[in-house]
Amino acid sequence: MFKEKYIDEIKKKKKDWEKNIYAKYLKNHPERKKEFTNLSNTKIKPLYSPDDISHLDYLKDIGFPAEFPFLRGVHATMYRGRFWTFRMFSGFGSAEETNKRYKYLLDHGETGLSVAFDYPTLYGHDTDHPLSRGEFGKCGVAISSLKDMEILFKDIPIDKVTTSMTINGPAAVVWGFYIANAENRGISKDVIGGTIQNDILKEYIAQKSWIFPPEPSMRLIVDTFEYGFKHVPKWNTISISGYHIREAGSTAVQELAFTVGDGVEYVKWAMKRGLDIDKFTPRLSFFFNAHNDFFEEIAKYRAARRIWAKELKKLGAKKSRSMFMRFHTQTAGCSLTAQQPEINIARVTLQGLAAVLGGTQSLHTNSMDEALALPSEKAARIALRTQQIIAEESGVTDTVDPLGGSYYIEWLTDKMEEETYKYWDRVEKLGGVLPAIEKGFYQREIANAAYKYQKDIDEKKRIFVGVNEYKMDEPIEIPILEMDEKGEERQINRLKKLRKNRNNQKYERTLKALRKAAEGDENLMPYILDCVHAYATLGETCQVLRDVFGEYEEPAIY
Amino acid sequence: MERKIRVLISKPGLDGHDRGAKVVARALRDAGMEVIYTGLHQTAEMIVEAAIQEDVDVVGLSLLSGAHMTLFVDVTKLLKDKGMDDILVIGGGIIPERDVPKLKKAGINGVFGPGTPCEDIVEFIKKNVKR
Repeated sequence: MFKEKYIDEIKKKKKDWEKNIYAKYLKNHPERKKEFTNLSNTKIKPLYSPDDISHLDYLKDIGFPAEFPFLRGVHATMYRGRFWTFRMFSGFGSAEETNKRYKYLLDHGETGLSVAFDYPTLYGHDTDHPLSRGEFGKCGVAISSLKDMEILFKDIPIDKVTTSMTINGPAAVVWGFYIANAENRGISKDVIGGTIQNDILKEYIAQKSWIFPPEPSMRLIVDTFEYGFKHVPKWNTISISGYHIREAGSTAVQELAFTVGDGVEYVKWAMKRGLDIDKFTPRLSFFFNAHNDFFEEIAKYRAARRIWAKELKKLGAKKSRSMFMRFHTQTAGCSLTAQQPEINIARVTLQGLAAVLGGTQSLHTNSMDEALALPSEKAARIALRTQQIIAEESGVTDTVDPLGGSYYIEWLTDKMEEETYKYWDRVEKLGGVLPAIEKGFYQREIANAAYKYQKDIDEKKRIFVGVNEYKMDEPIEIPILEMDEKGEERQINRLKKLRKNRNNQKYERTLKALRKAAEGDENLMPYILDCVHAYATLGETCQVLRDVFGEYEEPAIY
Repeated sequence: MERKIRVLISKPGLDGHDRGAKVVARALRDAGMEVIYTGLHQTAEMIVEAAIQEDVDVVGLSLLSGAHMTLFVDVTKLLKDKGMDDILVIGGGIIPERDVPKLKKAGINGVFGPGTPCEDIVEFIKKNVKR
């Protein structure tokens, strides 16, 4: 980016500065720490200058927004055109209660929906399954059938607002509920937009809500890719997620390396099926965490975009739309404190700002009470307002990639990219992504990082405000969300009624057809949609697939 | 030689958030205890059976899904039924303050929320282990 001669001059001058100014000053004014490291344990220098990024070529490595390698952003105008989608992850109790919360959030300026499901739903069980005991509506909304989905979106304009659904093992079936509900409301598949998370690799790696073993899971995912670009063109059929990897304790570099690596793995599987790379990749999306180290997070998003673009080009993508990475961001749940919960608002503000400066397409900001329970209405509203302040008041949205060209940011972006490729080499040596999962590679890397982070806090090597410093000895007082105690009973009654009143011949026929198709190699989406339309429940549909595919089991290591 | 304190760490129910359970398991091991980790998706029956088989002094339960009022209590009830209430039971996760007294009454001897230093859990076990 700079002429070689000029860089030499800068290097020389920097050496002088280090000796005459910096070192001298240190003598009488020692720094706070012997060594400064970010959350990925990368050593941070006191100062960055042009010589740190002299190996970068502006046109080749940085470039312009909406052009390869998309480092500066995927759209030409970014937030000058439109803000990111304000998309608050929410769901609790029954479909009725969550429907009410969605309307509340939309009334307060939310611009996209994001569904949190409870554990039984995440595992493809109905609410009345024995393993659902105690879990109804606890960490998300319970959706056992098309009937529940109808209630969840009642009076919400799903032809206009997009919906993201955090669902993985049973994603194809739950997506089926959404599509069927739209069809029954007379809304065409061409019109509805949204995302299913559908990322099973990170479930094995970190989040641990899987159903089937890897091979059939990957088949189902490629089925949704194919069905999606052919029939539901505005739908993102996957959200390749680093969020949960980070929450499980990884570093930022691990989050970046494992997530983008998973993305490449999905592309390879779809190409093996014979899908055209320029047809399905435009509907792949990503999902990252926004943790505490401000600049590291920004560098992470920028590096992710550049690596993805390069890899897609290598894999044969021709269209720019196939190569640019769109992503959602959620602020880090694991960074919130139960102690002095109100201070979480400040954390979330910084994390949200990092996501915006990193060029996110969509954002969830956590509520201050989430280290204690699901968010109350007021806490969720304040979190939404935090995004609106970043968008409307801070001015950071007035220009594209305002930190581009910062010596530190560009150096760190490049460094994180370099570290990513080192991880990929290690995965390659283990035989690739699936063998690395089977060998527990990712799981061990994450557990080690999580333990180190905890030890650093316990030993006060890192300060965690309100936890190991600036503590207060007073009880935690914050209003906690109350759920409708009748919700579970109401939903179980609804299930009973549904099983009694549906056309049982049709129901049995569609499940039988699904079983047969699952035993073969056809795309399962049309069969799943038939089951869903016949009011087969989530549990019943997933049971057929469980029978054919089996279930995944993980060895317990710590 | 003094017998090491034996601890069973377990994840009841469907919740897959195992970061805390794994960190605590390691911290207890590093503090000189024998730790057995059951892994995910355990029913109360499986947990109690493992506690018997492994002859543990402590059972540690971790849950971040919010189902602790049901699933933790299932375990203490079953331990009591089997006459094993001399096992120290501790729990952790996303647990609102208002549930803590109820859990203690139901036989969860110690409840540890987010931000707890591992050292506190080690000390609590050493001080309160009943066997």
